[in-house]
Amino acid sequence: MSEQTRWMLAVRDHRDRAAFAALFDFFAPRLKRFVMRGGMGSGQAEEIVQEVMLTVWRKAAMFDPERAQVSSWIYRIARNRQIDKLRRENRPLPEVLAHDPGTEPDAGQVVALEQETVQLKQALGKLKPEQREMIEKAYLGELTHQQINEQTGLPLGTIKSRIRLGLERLRHELKAMRDE
Amino acid sequence: MSTITHHIPEPILAAYAAGALDHPFALVVATHLSLCDACRADAEAHEAVGGALLEETAPESLSAACKAQLMERLDAPHAPEPVYRRSGVYPGPVMEALKGRPPRWKRLGGGVRQTILSAGQGGSARLLYIPAGQAVPDHGHNGLELTLVLQGSFCDETGRFGVGDVEIADDTLEHTPVAGAGADCICLAATDAPLRFSSLIPRLLQPIFRI
Ligand SMILES: [Zn+2]
Repeated sequence: MSEQTRWMLAVRDHRDRAAFAALFDFFAPRLKRFVMRGGMGSGQAEEIVQEVMLTVWRKAAMFDPERAQVSSWIYRIARNRQIDKLRRENRPLPEVLAHDPGTEPDAGQVVALEQETVQLKQALGKLKPEQREMIEKAYLGELTHQQINEQTGLPLGTIKSRIRLGLERLRHELKAMRDE
Repeated sequence: MSTITHHIPEPILAAYAAGALDHPFALVVATHLSLCDACRADAEAHEAVGGALLEETAPESLSAACKAQLMERLDAPHAPEPVYRRSGVYPGPVMEALKGRPPRWKRLGGGVRQTILSAGQGGSARLLYIPAGQAVPDHGHNGLELTLVLQGSFCDETGRFGVGDVEIADDTLEHTPVAGAGADCICLAATDAPLRFSSLIPRLLQPIFRI
């Protein structure tokens, strides 16, 4: 299990402040740059970073390592916060899926998800600079309306294996993009 | 629950995960994700891309006080945010858009009713109530329209849509949705421009009903 996941579980299950501080040290400076990409000044960006990390602390019970990496979960919280701030309305969010509190996470599932994410990062790392820039712009850039094209036909399955499938497919798409 | 056969297309899921959808469309996506594990998983995979990019973002130095201030705030009392739960056929995100109250329907004629949930520059979101067997007036679109079934079903030129299904329509589609027999049909619909109705009378009513 990755260091980040262990820190996050320590925060979730034991309200461990040292583990939270470790998460802060890694994520806060990156979140600040991410938020500043949207054109926000340093001071305002730090306020958002604080709010995002405060949400990480307060909503830690919702973190489920079988479904999300710490970074995915923090990314979602950061986007929510940015949208709520920019649009002055709450971003519509799906109903929360309950996971059984108190049960040990399935280590096999957690590790498999981590491995899939490592491979996704490798695929991202192999993109041409202009492709990488395009992807970064889409996921980290300003929150503007993007052109949407229609596409259909998605496979079905259970949610946990599907996240991995989704990651795998995205990785192959990134690879195909590089090979174009 | 019936099996969902019409899902959210991948580019729209990606745009949702990246925070790039306007509110009405994000509402339809969040509602579908509340009903569909398949699309929820795909959306979460896109968040993993966002997370991976975040991890690789170059760090920006923080002011000295930033961390200490936050650590002090950890134990500060705070009011919990309201949680909107599913009520009847309305999933949590719809209940939030309704501010926790039941819909207040306005008649559109022919037994068809609607409730506007939001209307603004980024488009509008509404609930539509179509009595079983009834047709929605023939209409085209100026832009993108997402329609999600919450109760009953409807059919149009492109197929049959049951609970949880989403129809994606754009300005090339002129369609006449007809509610299935049996149950009255309730839909959540998002459009990025007002609908334009094909027949004259509904068009005259458009500015009045904001449809
Ligand atoms: Zn779906």
